[in-house]
Amino acid sequence: MNKIFEIPLYPYARSADQGAAEPVRHRVVVVGAGPVGLGLAIDLAQQGVEVLVLDDNDKVSFGSRAVCYAKRPLEILDRLGCAAPMVAKGVEWNLGKVFFDTRQVYEFNLLPEDGHKFPAFINLQQYYFEEYLVARVNELRASGAPIELRGRNKLTAIEPADDHVTLSIDTPDGAYRLTTDWLVACDGAGSPVRKMMGLDFVGRVFEDNFLIADVIMEAEFPTERWFWFDPPFNRGQSALLHKQPDNVWRIDFQIGWDIDREDELKPENIDRRLRAMLGEDLRYQLEWSSIYTFQCRRMEKFHQGRVIFAGDSAHQVSPFGARGANSGLQDTDNLAWKLRLILDGTAPESLLDSYDAERIHGAAENILNSSRSTDFITPKSETSRIFRDAVLDLAETHDFARPFVNSGRLSLPCTYDGSPLNTPDELPYGPARSRPGSPCADLPVPGGYLLDRLGGRDAPRFQILAIDAEAPSAFAAHGLACEVIALSSVEAPLVKDRYLGTASGAVYLIRPDQHVAARWPAFDATAVAAALARAIGKEG
Amino acid sequence: MADLITTRNTPRADDVYQMLIDVHEGLSKPESDALNARLILTLMNHIGDPEVIRQALALARG
Ligand SMILES: Cc1cc2nc3c(=O)[nH]c(=O)nc-3n(C[C@H](O)[C@H](O)[C@H](O)COP(=O)(O)OP(=O)(O)OC[C@H]3O[C@@H](n4cnc5c(N)ncnc54)[C@H](O)[C@@H]3O)c2cc1C
Repeated sequence: MNKIFEIPLYPYARSADQGAAEPVRHRVVVVGAGPVGLGLAIDLAQQGVEVLVLDDNDKVSFGSRAVCYAKRPLEILDRLGCAAPMVAKGVEWNLGKVFFDTRQVYEFNLLPEDGHKFPAFINLQQYYFEEYLVARVNELRASGAPIELRGRNKLTAIEPADDHVTLSIDTPDGAYRLTTDWLVACDGAGSPVRKMMGLDFVGRVFEDNFLIADVIMEAEFPTERWFWFDPPFNRGQSALLHKQPDNVWRIDFQIGWDIDREDELKPENIDRRLRAMLGEDLRYQLEWSSIYTFQCRRMEKFHQGRVIFAGDSAHQVSPFGARGANSGLQDTDNLAWKLRLILDGTAPESLLDSYDAERIHGAAENILNSSRSTDFITPKSETSRIFRDAVLDLAETHDFARPFVNSGRLSLPCTYDGSPLNTPDELPYGPARSRPGSPCADLPVPGGYLLDRLGGRDAPRFQILAIDAEAPSAFAAHGLACEVIALSSVEAPLVKDRYLGTASGAVYLIRPDQHVAARWPAFDATAVAAALARAIGKEG
Repeated sequence: MADLITTRNTPRADDVYQMLIDVHEGLSKPESDALNARLILTLMNHIGDPEVIRQALALARG
């Protein structure tokens, strides 16, 4: 087994809080140092919010989990100062092939659009992902940012009150208590916090098991995603082969519902499966194997009083489509600036309702997509299987059938259509992709990329993007100073296609999470101030 | 957006119906089921309009 699973990344150390006579008060406590909790803590700390992360473990998460990270989370991670090592280590891929029985029936190319800083996808083991996030936490802490990560601190009970939450925590030195203005539960799909509060987590259970083998092998396979429906080596089921860094390959066998887990996990049985798939003379080392089942479900609401849920604790999807960690980071991206504005009194507490509205919209979209993929991969009735097989049959020779093939729809960022924070679109003929609610599309600008300049790094920054349009050099309203960025379509030609459409000029109001709040053909101070008020929940 | 045509629209109805029956000639039940599925998908693509398809599905469901 890989050594990384055994090394304490954030070893337990006794904190001064443990000897305090009265529970010490914190601003934000995050429970869970998975991808989501760490991402949130980094975002808050960068904005100067005091944040404490508790985890009952002190290592990377155990076993094989996430592999694929999409462009949007990489853009978010770039704002958090962690994307560069991930992209450097990760494996980039664009081509996916789909096989049915012994035939290749379809191949897709993610064909990344030109002019983006980040690729459509990278593959990276979740343990590297978490390791780089912890490194960033340490770097921030070393530079004096108000962030702390406490390993082997297990949350055992909570007492929510109107304006704070009291926490009971177990450590190797015994129990202690503390209080916090806000508690964010990033404690995973089994969320103890959710259970302590007796909140529901409803949805669909899929009656299926998947056997994962992460194997180290020198293989000739190209860097592509290969997916099989009903192959000879796994009759009636599916299989997946996907490359990770360090010559590690993710192999995923669907194995059905009625299985003997212990038996399936015996090395000789895994070996038999691998040889049937990859050839008798295969030479490999097994890094990790496990069996997982999955569910698609979410909470009714993502916050209750001073307790907020983000990531797997709030919503869970099947791995097909790589939406778990990817969407969890979109939660934190959405949450961090809102929490910061509420904490410093710039925005009312009700701004959090928009976190629910926007991220429940995102979760519903992810659950829909991931349920559809799962139903295609594992048809739920005989008729559904007949149609599935007919699609695959036709797809081999007929292009029209290929859009129906669904081995996972890869994660795309969510557009917050209908969000209470959006101002209705005022830019006639503006491109639909940058309508209010959408995440800003990247493009090259003089000196770098647009997204390098957008969004809040050290503060919850709203910005005004003036494209071929007159605007003042700065703007402030409702306690927020907005930076104005002037862009010309001569210097940044892609801005026409991505932001102007057929308009001759445009003014965009951009949120700290790089989503569009409003847009107009020209700058109008009254309209911008009203849109800003709306975007921070101060409607009217 | 077009509506599903629910009035008589098929010339040579007897010929067309016979083509539909003949294409299944000599096939087992599973083979016929598979053919029907491919046929529906092909026609669905030909129609292309999700609203027309929705109306056709509702009509067939009765
Ligand atoms: C096989 C598989 C493949 C996947 N592939 C992908 C993929 O390709 N792309 C993708 O984006 N996602 C993928 N996912 C999903 C992804 O792994 C999860 O969505 C992600 O880990 C969720 O992060 P999280 O931080 O919300 O929760 P977790 O990673 O589960 O972290 C929760 C943390 O909370 C801590 N904790 C729990 N209880 C307590 C307590 N009482 N006190 C203190 N700490 C506590 C735990 O120790 C843990 O560190 C995959 C998942 C699986 C299983």
